[in-house]
Amino acid sequence: MSDIDIQISSKPLNVPICYDYVSDHRAGGNALFVGTVRDQTHGKPVVKLDFEAYKPMAVKEMQKIAETMAERWDALKISIHHRTGTLELGDIAVIIAVCTPHRKASFEACQYAIDTLKETVPIWKKEYFEDGAVWVAAHP
Amino acid sequence: MRVGLGRPIFGQYIRLFMKVKILAFGIAKDIVGGKAGAMEFSENATITQVKEALTEKYPDFDKLAKFSIAVNESYQEDTYVIKEGDELVIIPPVSGG
Repeated sequence: MSDIDIQISSKPLNVPICYDYVSDHRAGGNALFVGTVRDQTHGKPVVKLDFEAYKPMAVKEMQKIAETMAERWDALKISIHHRTGTLELGDIAVIIAVCTPHRKASFEACQYAIDTLKETVPIWKKEYFEDGAVWVAAHP
Repeated sequence: MRVGLGRPIFGQYIRLFMKVKILAFGIAKDIVGGKAGAMEFSENATITQVKEALTEKYPDFDKLAKFSIAVNESYQEDTYVIKEGDELVIIPPVSGG
C-alpha cells in the first residue's frame, strides 16, 4: 500500500511539505517536480495567471495518477499539490513528489505524473498579458 | 432547449423530457455565459446529443480544440446515456500544471 497525498489549494504551495511527505527509509530515490509561472509565452510577456479547477473531479483524477505511479513504478509515497486562483510570476503552480526504491523509477513516475496531469486533470489556466487574456490550449 | 425523439408509448411517440444540470468551467463558462445552467433532453439522450445541442446553441464550442462531457465527476464516452439527476460538466481542453 502506498501513501498518497493529494491537495488542491488556493493558498501558496510549500515544497518542503511535499518533500517531507515522501521521505522514507525504504526509498533509494526521491524525485521532485515543481511547476512555476513563467514570465512569457512565445515571447509575449505574461503578467499573471489564473487557475480554475473542477475540484472534486480534479482530486479524483490526481488520485488515479498517483495510484498508477504506485502500481507501475512501485512508488512508496506520492504527494501532488496543485494551486488555484491568481498566481504571480515565479509562484508555484504544481508540486509532484515521489519516492521509489530505485532512482530510475522515481524520474519516470514523476514525468508520467506531470504529463498525465496536463492531459486529464480538469484544471484550466488563464494567461493574462498586457493587452488581454486567453484560456491556454482552448483553441487549436 | 429540447433535444431528441422521445420513445414510443401506447403506439404513439410521446416526448419524455428530463432537465439536467450542467456546469461549465474555463472557456466553456465564458461561452455559455455562466457557471451553472440546465438543459432539457429526451430520456435516452447520449453525450453525443448533449454535445450537438450545446454546439447548436453556442457555435463557439465548434472553435475549441475539443471538449468533453464529464458525468458525476468522471469522463464518459459519447455513447453514455444520461439519466435524470446526472451532473453534467463541460470540460474544455485542460491546461493545469
